[in-house]
Amino acid sequence: MTTLSIDHVSRWFGNVVAVNDITMTIGPGVTGLLGPNGAGKSTLINMMGGFLAPSTGTVTLDGQPVWRNEAIYKHIGIVPEREAMYDFLTGREFVVANAELHGLGAKAAQKALATVEMEYAQDRKIQTYSKGMRQRVKMASALVHDPSLLLLDEPFNGMDPRQRMQLMDLLRRMGDEGRTVLFSSHILEEVEQLAWHIEVVVAGRHAASGDFRKIRRLMTDRPHRYLVRSSDDRALAAALIADPSTAGIEVDLAEGALRIQAVDFGRFTALLPRVARDHGIRLLTVSPSDESLESVFSYLVAA
Amino acid sequence: MYDPTVARLTYRALLGRRRALILSALPLLLIAISVVVRGLAGADDQTASDLLGGLALATMVPIIGVIAGTGAIGPEIDDGSVVYLLSKPLKRPTIIFTKLIVAVAVTMVFSALPTLIAGFILNGNGQQIAVAYTVAALVSSIAYAAVFLLLGTVSRHAVVFGLVYALVWEALFGSLVPGARTLSVQQWSLAVAHKVAGGDIVTSDVGLTTATVLLVVVTVLATWYAGQKLRTLTLAGEE
Repeated sequence: MTTLSIDHVSRWFGNVVAVNDITMTIGPGVTGLLGPNGAGKSTLINMMGGFLAPSTGTVTLDGQPVWRNEAIYKHIGIVPEREAMYDFLTGREFVVANAELHGLGAKAAQKALATVEMEYAQDRKIQTYSKGMRQRVKMASALVHDPSLLLLDEPFNGMDPRQRMQLMDLLRRMGDEGRTVLFSSHILEEVEQLAWHIEVVVAGRHAASGDFRKIRRLMTDRPHRYLVRSSDDRALAAALIADPSTAGIEVDLAEGALRIQAVDFGRFTALLPRVARDHGIRLLTVSPSDESLESVFSYLVAA
Repeated sequence: MYDPTVARLTYRALLGRRRALILSALPLLLIAISVVVRGLAGADDQTASDLLGGLALATMVPIIGVIAGTGAIGPEIDDGSVVYLLSKPLKRPTIIFTKLIVAVAVTMVFSALPTLIAGFILNGNGQQIAVAYTVAALVSSIAYAAVFLLLGTVSRHAVVFGLVYALVWEALFGSLVPGARTLSVQQWSLAVAHKVAGGDIVTSDVGLTTATVLLVVVTVLATWYAGQKLRTLTLAGEE
């Protein structure tokens, strides 16, 4: 059982507050740290990893302080967001070096490389690697000492869908094995697909915490707005308003479009194409007008 | 105190292709100039001493020291790859001490060795001049590596500060303001060279005892402080 405790942690840089009085406990399983860019996720992860001192508050791993405590790294594996990683080494040399720094040998390195399925490219220089390959080698270097806590800063950034799925499988497996896995992301779907538990951070504050169903409900139960253009706006509006999933429709003459407010997200998204087809109406534009992450987060914060 | 893996990573980063070229440029220049001088002027003790003191010890050694000392840690801190060293159960002073050993070794190889070769070319080690300046280069390699390693740990502009120190303080300021010479690694190492050469062809403004004490104190303090700074190094990330 490895538990990471963040207790009333704040961090400011000059007079900019990056993290504002956050308290959370991260236990075994996969936890997603969700928040828009610049929300303070990296600052928080840096404090969790012992690379940044909290201005106030404490970060502890099973009661041990993380800051200025080198011995703690026997239990922590870190996958940083930054790209730089001794590019002049081959993947294997890099992971072996990481193993040696933990007092382990080439065998541990080889096992970690196998876990991330990078054996096929292990003898190539890291500078020739794609983003996804780098990410996997970083992952191998973090796993080499079999840590009980794994911290990953934006691990899916720049990965293609296949690489993303592989890494998700791997992290899921780590969580199933009872490790404490925390990853940050600004992409809702990533977090939702992978995390058992979600911590939401917005503008340095802890905005929400819970399992993904609860967060999802907060997200989907809010009114959604859509901008729709079609071959016959008024006929479409009349057909849609009859359904309880739609709360209001405005005909925007200036835009030549409908502004629709839906209250039941799931139902509305199924309804719209069906209604259009049944009435022989062509849909020209369907775009969520407030789906930007910021609006989702601001909604969450207000909730 | 010494970690072979940290040393290997540091060597490979320091002696990467481009940096190795930069490191070799000055020593090759020194040797080339020595060959020309010997060819034109013949073997002359004073000329040999002037060239080794003015070019090798006053310019080449500190510049190589800057490249090796700051290069042993600065780029890793700049690009963030130092995180792979810091996220290990390794004592921070061990990382610094290992990097110091590597920086010292590289500085010695790229400055003391060419000094010796140049000395033999210039006057065949007459009056022990080649050996004296080589000893001075070895001694100052240690102090320069320690000081510039510290600089690389605390500043992102370590190379600039290092060059300003090496060229402005040691070379220019030191020759104009007598007091500045007392606080000069070059003068301390010259005191050691003076002892080795005997006679008056190699001179220093500082006594041997003072010089030795200052060399030791500066090296130890700089290394200790760099270890302390690394313990609280903040990785700001890209935010």
